[in-house]
Amino acid sequence: MPPFALRQSMLTILLVVVFYAAGGERTALAATSLTHKRAPEFVRTDLNNKRLDLKAYRGKVVLLDFWATWCAPCEVEMPIFVAWQKKYGPQGLQVVGISMDDAPALVRKLYSKMRLNYPVAMGDVKLGNLYGGVLGLPMTFLIDRNGVIQAEYQGEPDLNKIEAQVQLLLNSR
Amino acid sequence: MKFALVPRLTKNVGLVALALSFTISVVQCPAQFTPLTGPSSTYSIPQAQLIQPEALVHLMQTKGADKPLLLQVGSHLLFDETHIAGSVYAGAGSQPAGLQQLQSVVATLSKKKSIILYCGCCPWNRCPNLAPAFRQLSDLGFTNVKVLNLPNNLGTDWVAKGYPVERSH
Repeated sequence: MPPFALRQSMLTILLVVVFYAAGGERTALAATSLTHKRAPEFVRTDLNNKRLDLKAYRGKVVLLDFWATWCAPCEVEMPIFVAWQKKYGPQGLQVVGISMDDAPALVRKLYSKMRLNYPVAMGDVKLGNLYGGVLGLPMTFLIDRNGVIQAEYQGEPDLNKIEAQVQLLLNSR
Repeated sequence: MKFALVPRLTKNVGLVALALSFTISVVQCPAQFTPLTGPSSTYSIPQAQLIQPEALVHLMQTKGADKPLLLQVGSHLLFDETHIAGSVYAGAGSQPAGLQQLQSVVATLSKKKSIILYCGCCPWNRCPNLAPAFRQLSDLGFTNVKVLNLPNNLGTDWVAKGYPVERSH
C-alpha cells in the first residue's frame, strides 16, 4: 500500500476508535434503553398548575430531566439547565423537569430557590416505568425535534458533552 | 517520490498521541460533581462492612444460608418502581422521619440479626442516605450490619446484571 494511503487509513482507524472510546450518547444504563425510539408521551400538570404535554413540544429539542430534591448531582445540573434554557430557548430548546420526590412540598421550595425557568411536574412509578425504569438519578433524555430520543444520560454525566449534543440537535433540521 | 522512514513514523506516532490525549480528555470524570464528605458520606462506612452485589446474590441463592434482612433506606418512589427481591422499605436515611421509620422496622429484632442496607438512588459517593442509616443501627446496638456497595445506582449495578428484583406495583 502506498505510504500516503497507509497514513490515511491509520488516521481513519484512529478517529473511529476515538469516537467510540469517548462513548456514544449513552452512559451505563440499567433499565430498558429508549435511544432511537419515540419518546413515550405523557401529560401532567406542572407546579404552576399548567398543562404539561410532551407532544406539544414537537418541533423543539427537549431535554427531559428526571431529578429529586435529595439528589445532590441533580442540584449541580439545575443552574446549568437554567442557563441552557435561556441561551438555547430561542433556538428551540425546551428543558422539562420531572421530580421523583414522594411529595411536592420540597420540590416547590427548590423550584423557587433555584429559579427554574422551565416546567417541572411530579413523576411517579408509572412515568418512571414508561421511560424504561428510572432507577437512579439524575436521568436525562435528549429528544429531537421529531420526538425521537437521541441520547440518555444517567448519574453524573459530562455536561459539556450534553451541551455539544444539544447544539447538534438544534442545528439538525 | 521517496519518504523517509523516521519522519513518517514520527508523524504517525504524533497522530496516535493526539488521538489518545483527546480520548483521555473526554472520558475523564466530570469536574462539576464532587463527592459528599463528612459524617453523612458513604466514605465514613468502614470498608469491612461493605458487601458487593455479587456476594449478596450468592448469599441469596445459597440454600441453608442465614438470609439477611435487606432494607432499602432511600427513595420510596424508586423502591416502588423496583427493589431488590425480598427487601423492605425502611425510610430515607437522610431524613429524621426516615431514621425513625428505620428504628421502627428493626425495633423487635435481635441485635445480632444480619442486616444489609442499600440505597442505589444516585452515585455511591453522593448518597446522603446510607451513612446516617448505618450509624443509626450501630447506635441502636446492632452488630451485624453491612451496606451494599452500588457504585452507580440500583439500575446499573443490580437490575442491569439480571439480579433478582421485585416491583411494588
